[in-house]
Amino acid sequence: MATITVNGKDIEIGDQENLNLIQAAARAGVAIPHYCWHPALSVVASCRMCLVEVGERKPEGSIVMQPRLLPACQTPARHGTVVVTNSQKVRAAQAAVLEYLLLNHPLDCPVCDQAGECWLQDYSYKYGRARSRLRDEKLLRPDKDYIGEQIVLFTDRCVMCTRCVRFTREISGTGELEVISRGDHAEIDIFPGRPCNNKLAGNVVDLCPVGALCSRDFLYKHRVWFLRSQKSVCPHCATGCSIWIDYNKNIVYRLRPRYNPQANGHFMCDDGRFGYSHVNNKQRLLYPLAHSGDNLVPVSWADLKNEIREHLLNLAKAGQDHTLVVVLSPWLTLEESWLAIQWINTVCPQAKFAHGPLRDAGADDIYPKGPRGEPCLPDRAKFIIRGEKAPNCRGIDILLRHQQNPPLTWQEVLEAVEQGTLQHLYFVGGDPLYKASDVELVRLRQARSLIVSDIFPNGLETLARWVIPGTTFAEKNGTYINSRGLAQALYQAVQPPDGIWPEARFFWELLELAGLYHAPTVRRQIAAAIPELSPLDLDDLGEHGILLTPGALAS
Amino acid sequence: MEFEPVLLRHIAVPGIQNLEVYQAHGGYNALHQALELSPEQVVQMVKESGLRGRGGAGFPTGIKWGFLPKDHPGPIYLCVNADESEPGTFCNRVLMEGDPHQVLEGTIISAYAIRARVAYIYLRYEYGKSYRVLQRAIDELYKNGFLGRNILGKAGFDLDIYIHRGAGAYICGEETGLIESLEGKRAWPRIKPPFPAVQGLFQKPTIVNNVETLACVKHIVERGPTWFRSMGVPPDPNNPRDLGSFGPKLYCLSGHVNQPGCYELPLGIPARELIEKYGGGVWQGRRAKAIIPGGLSMGFMTAEELDTPLDFNGPMRVGCLGLGTAAVIVIDDRTSMVDVLYNSCRFFAHESCGQCTPCREGTAWMAKILARIRRGQGYLDDLDILLEIANGIGIIPGTTICGLADGAAWPVKTAITKFRAEFEEYIRNSRSRQASILAPLTTH
Repeated sequence: MATITVNGKDIEIGDQENLNLIQAAARAGVAIPHYCWHPALSVVASCRMCLVEVGERKPEGSIVMQPRLLPACQTPARHGTVVVTNSQKVRAAQAAVLEYLLLNHPLDCPVCDQAGECWLQDYSYKYGRARSRLRDEKLLRPDKDYIGEQIVLFTDRCVMCTRCVRFTREISGTGELEVISRGDHAEIDIFPGRPCNNKLAGNVVDLCPVGALCSRDFLYKHRVWFLRSQKSVCPHCATGCSIWIDYNKNIVYRLRPRYNPQANGHFMCDDGRFGYSHVNNKQRLLYPLAHSGDNLVPVSWADLKNEIREHLLNLAKAGQDHTLVVVLSPWLTLEESWLAIQWINTVCPQAKFAHGPLRDAGADDIYPKGPRGEPCLPDRAKFIIRGEKAPNCRGIDILLRHQQNPPLTWQEVLEAVEQGTLQHLYFVGGDPLYKASDVELVRLRQARSLIVSDIFPNGLETLARWVIPGTTFAEKNGTYINSRGLAQALYQAVQPPDGIWPEARFFWELLELAGLYHAPTVRRQIAAAIPELSPLDLDDLGEHGILLTPGALAS
Repeated sequence: MEFEPVLLRHIAVPGIQNLEVYQAHGGYNALHQALELSPEQVVQMVKESGLRGRGGAGFPTGIKWGFLPKDHPGPIYLCVNADESEPGTFCNRVLMEGDPHQVLEGTIISAYAIRARVAYIYLRYEYGKSYRVLQRAIDELYKNGFLGRNILGKAGFDLDIYIHRGAGAYICGEETGLIESLEGKRAWPRIKPPFPAVQGLFQKPTIVNNVETLACVKHIVERGPTWFRSMGVPPDPNNPRDLGSFGPKLYCLSGHVNQPGCYELPLGIPARELIEKYGGGVWQGRRAKAIIPGGLSMGFMTAEELDTPLDFNGPMRVGCLGLGTAAVIVIDDRTSMVDVLYNSCRFFAHESCGQCTPCREGTAWMAKILARIRRGQGYLDDLDILLEIANGIGIIPGTTICGLADGAAWPVKTAITKFRAEFEEYIRNSRSRQASILAPLTTH
């Protein structure tokens, strides 16, 4: 153990931790302000906001302080290191750096998206001075809306921390961003005609400590202090990035990555980041529909529940329940699928279960890219966008295998329906981008009855006897298991529109269980029933989720 | 004893740029001598000589070479810093254009000593003639077996020298900025440690030396460390950190003197003697108001301080940053220090690389303030703001990565403390029509 003294307080850190002084001081509860340092990026020590006094405690107990200030980000915490962050000298340096940063800063906080979560604002309040001594004109530099499709650069708000530049060089490997010009004329820019449009570009907006890089998607949409944040999991691929859903008044405004060393690190891809629009989409299915004659007509949830139950009970009574197949989408949570399976087992014990359709974008997209855009070797990967475009393939697979080994594939379902061995289909979808192909529609036309549950009209509703609106990831409580076997909980951020029953509640009601659906309770039931998932026997999966044991991953 | 020039000895010999003429004047004897020694012995000689880097910082060359990791499998690189950009400095150009083989001989000996197999000459772009002359000399050396494989029959001693032309940035003269630039990157100085001797060019051990330093190495090998130590100023016994200033130095004399030029003199010559005896005195019969002892970034000396010896330690005693490049710029008594300082600030604001906040913004702010003062819109407390900025930026207070900000700060500090009355008078006179000199500060 190494002992570090931060502002007179001793803390212990592990010998092999390799912390810098910002990290070590954070352990002691002391925040050292910084702009350019980011744990995932290389150290440049250029913003000089983290200057501290550093000394060394000699073995005999005396303390020798270094005469000059040192950047905390660049100074390793070693045994005997003494850090002072609140001396007059440090305060003066901090105030000076903030004064410098504000010299050419436009102070357009009232129209700046970053206001409220701006490090320049926060640090100015805490460490800066109230008045500027600048009597000269500020530099005016044009905004750059050509930086990328997803990002805009407000050039004069920039503090030149170069986090964005380092991100495109070190994490995405695409290297589009660059510093041009010298001195206080230095600006972030792109190489002419080569905008920053890589799949990770949105991260530079999060990395930017000030309002220089803004997201086009979120631009001028909402004041950040009105936003509330909910922990969730990105559903758009099998990486399962931990995210924050930022929402207000039942509207999701943006998604941000949430640090998770076991899944996504500090970042997320743009497919996920901007992939929340379906939540607010007006084209969603909003109420249950039932076939009446040639038309689909709205029905109440209570009627829907009874009709479907009756339909399945009739199948079972007629001995036809072995021709029923229940298709569970890889976008469903563990709990929803479990409740669905439980209910089907009570009404149609002979029913078959199948995987739902899975969009597959081919190979994993691995970053950082090489100089010619080639993916790096997997062992050097810093970020992976999975080709498997669903959040819970592995979780659904475990549940289905527990029920029926092996489960049918979607392709097998289509073939069986065409051949007539399966005649009744209960399709529980959830992929907002799924659209049934013509081939699928032709084959499924052979089915004698079709129940479809999905977020959007996906094409199947033209054949369906009942159409049930589904809910999105932002409206659910539940659990996803990503391709590495990491189980993470997602929490409901917004209410589903117009009184839609989330899938879990629908099956809960069909099962006639007492009380309200409660995700942790169901998860614990699952964990008790399926040995592979026994590590999930917890009320709370924690900040970073639970990595299932390698044994559980063998499939 | 009259001093006999060494570095400039053959500078006027016609055709000295050619290998035969150079050899006829004893050229490359030192290389032959060095090759008979082991590399360690050459390093030891340079250490004993007390040679300090001529590029500005005055770091002992032998000690720098000693920082190289022992038994490194290589490659080790030698970078010749020929990005001579310090205002007032032109001695490297004189050496490279006038006697290129002397520089190259020193480079080859030094490469041998540090076991470098590749040397890069980082040449500032503006030195077109230096480039042509050096490249011609290098081509000659390759043809005659002084460069390439097994140099002069010494088995295993290979060396290639490449000239890399910079693109006109002052910061490329900073050794890690130079390395970054050589690697094809933006010349943003690196954070140290690691020092270049451990991890420099292409992450390999690298030594960066000034042109004049390497030329001195040749003479140290040829004439021995004792000869070298016979010139200059021994360490100040009262200053344990002073390592002494030995050997000849090229003084670049410019500004308001009758005979500007590059003068070779032993280190430690008083500024007054340099100006009066060699420079022919201040021009047009005027008196000096101030001088810059060693390139603009060292700050100013007043006329009263002219007896200060120009060794590595002397200018520091009168508040200057150091000897720097020993480029003495004379400023006569009719020059406005406001103009001089404005020019200085404008230069450093233009050349700040933009990496560290205090330097990026501080240099530009100082330039803006001085421009305003010069326009006649200055306030008296602008001087205090200038001093506060200048005292806060640089590697000495620890607020920047490299020393550029110190170089920007020192002219401001020394000018305002030593010539404060002149600045105040300028501000007062130029604002005399205004009712109040102390106008309220504007807010953001």
